[in-house]
Amino acid sequence: MTWDQMQELMWPATWETLQMVGVSTVCTVVLGLPLGVLLVLTAKGGALQNQPVNKVLGAVVNLARSLPFIILMIALFSFTRWLVGSSLGWQAATVPLTVGAIPFFARLVETNVREVDRGLVEAVQAMGGNTWTLVRKTLVPEALPGIVASVTTTVIALIGYSAMAGTVGGGGLGDLAYRYGYLRFETAFMWVIVAEIAIIVTVIQLAGDYAVRRLANRGRGGGRTRLLRPRADTDLVAS
Amino acid sequence: MITTTDLTKVYRSRGREVTALAGVDLHVRPGEVYGVVGTSGAGKSTLIRCVNMLERPSSGTVTVDGVDLTALAGGENRAGKDLREARRRIGMVFQHFNLLSSRTVQQNVELPLEIIGLDRTQRRRKAAELLDLVGLTDKARSYPGQLSGGQKQRVGIARALAGDPKVLLSDEATSALDPETTRSILKLLRDLNEQLGLTVLLITHEMDVIKSVCDSAALMRGGRVVESGALTDLLARPGSELARELFPLSEFGTGHPGATVLEITFQGDAPAQPFVSQLARTYQIEINILGAAVETIAGRMVGRMRVELPGSRHDNVVPIGFLREQGLQVDVIETANGAVA
Repeated sequence: MTWDQMQELMWPATWETLQMVGVSTVCTVVLGLPLGVLLVLTAKGGALQNQPVNKVLGAVVNLARSLPFIILMIALFSFTRWLVGSSLGWQAATVPLTVGAIPFFARLVETNVREVDRGLVEAVQAMGGNTWTLVRKTLVPEALPGIVASVTTTVIALIGYSAMAGTVGGGGLGDLAYRYGYLRFETAFMWVIVAEIAIIVTVIQLAGDYAVRRLANRGRGGGRTRLLRPRADTDLVAS
Repeated sequence: MITTTDLTKVYRSRGREVTALAGVDLHVRPGEVYGVVGTSGAGKSTLIRCVNMLERPSSGTVTVDGVDLTALAGGENRAGKDLREARRRIGMVFQHFNLLSSRTVQQNVELPLEIIGLDRTQRRRKAAELLDLVGLTDKARSYPGQLSGGQKQRVGIARALAGDPKVLLSDEATSALDPETTRSILKLLRDLNEQLGLTVLLITHEMDVIKSVCDSAALMRGGRVVESGALTDLLARPGSELARELFPLSEFGTGHPGATVLEITFQGDAPAQPFVSQLARTYQIEINILGAAVETIAGRMVGRMRVELPGSRHDNVVPIGFLREQGLQVDVIETANGAVA
C-alpha cells in the first residue's frame, strides 16, 4: 500500500473515531457526573444519605463495569437500534460506548468528590447552604482538577473501546486496523494506524494534564507563571 | 443570646456508646465574648457544633437569639429550610479555615451572600466592606493558597460575618496559628465584638485565649461544664479551678516549714491600698513575699501574690481576717510543709 492509499482510508476513519469518542465523552460526562456525585451524596454521612439507593446504584455500577465491553455491546444491539435506528456506523457505536463508560467515569468522579475536604462541606452547611448549593458551588468546583483528570482517563479508555466497537460495525480506526492489518496482512498499515492512535492518546493526555495543572495551581505557587502572562490588563478591567 | 439546656450528645457506633456531652447548660449573654476551654476530648468541639446543629444533640435544647434550633427540622447533613435560614444568622469560623481553594478571597466571602441570594453588585459591595473590616482589601483577588494562615483566618472571619450575624461561633480559630498571629486574630475578634456588638462563643484549649479576649468562660471536662461565669467573678471565687489555670502561681516558692502561706488575689483598685505594709505595721509580723504577678484579664487589672507569714494557720487567724476585710480574696495554701505545721 502506498502512503496516498493509506491516507485516503485513514482520514475518514480518524474523523469517525473522533466523532464516536467525542459524542460518547459528552454523553458520559453529562450522565456519569451526576451519578458519581449521587454515589457520594447517598453514602453514609452524605447530604442525601440513603443506604438502599446507594447500595442499588453501587451494584448497578459494579455490574456494568464487570461486563466485558464486547458482550455489553452485543447485548445492547436492540437498545441501540431502538435509540438511533441502526446498530451499524459510528453513531450506533456511541450508545454502547457511553453505557460502558458511564459507570467507569462515575466511579472516578465518586473518588474525586469524596476527596473534597469535609470541612468545606461543613462550612457551606454552617452558612445555610442547601444540598444543591453544596454540589454546585463546593463539591464540583473543588473536585474539578480531579474530575478533569478523570475525563482524560475516560477519553483514553473510550478510544480503546472505540477500536473494539469498530470491529463489530462501528467503523473508525479500530475497524481499519482490524480489516487491513489483521485480515489482509497489511502489517505496515496497521502500525501506521497504531502510531496515529498513540499520537491522539498522547495529545489528549498532555492536554488533560495541562488543564489539571492549571486548575490545581490556582493560587498555589503560581507566582512565576503568572508573571509571564499579561494578567495586569485583565485585573485593571475587572477593578 | 445563646442558651443550651441540659444538652447531651451520645455517639453510637457498633453497639458502643460514647457520651460527648453529658448535660451542658450554657448561658451566653448578648454582646459578650464567651470562651469554653478544656482539653481535647472534653466535648467542647461537640458543644459548639451542636449550637448551629452541625451535630444534632441527643437531647436538650439550644436557643440562639430567641430561636429554638433544636425544634427546627433537618438531619445533621441535610437541614430543613428554617434551620438553613437560622444558620445564615450564625457565623462560624473554623480551625482549618475551610476556604474554597477554587475561589478567590472575594469569591469566598461572596459565597454566603450567594446563598442568601444577593445580586452581583450587592455582593461585591458587601464583600469589599467585609474585606476592609478585616484589613484584607488588597488580597481580594488572591487565592487562599497564596495567603498566610492569619490572612486565611481573616478571610474566614469576613465570610462568617457576611450574613450580618448576631452570633459568631469560633471553633479553635487560632489553634493553627503562631502566637503573634493568634494575638492579632483575637484582637480582631475583640474589635468586632465591640464595633458590631457581636456575641462571640469560642472554644479553645489555650488559657491565653480566654485571658486575652473573653468576658466569661466555662471549663469543660468529660462532657460537662465544671465551672463557668464571668472572669472577674471567677477570679474572686475561692478555690476556682479556672482562676488558678488563668493565673498560675505554681512556679512560686511554697515557703518554710511551720509558716503559713497565703495566696492573695486583688482586682480593680485593691492594689491601691498598701495592704502589705499595713499588715506588717498593724500586727508587727514579718511578711515574706514568695511571688507576685499582675495581669489584665477581661479588661481589668488582676493581681495575685503569694506571701508567707510566720507561725501556723491558727496563729494567723487575725491577719487573715484583716486582709479579707480589705476586700481581698485570701486562700490559705495547704502545702506539704503547711500540713506538718
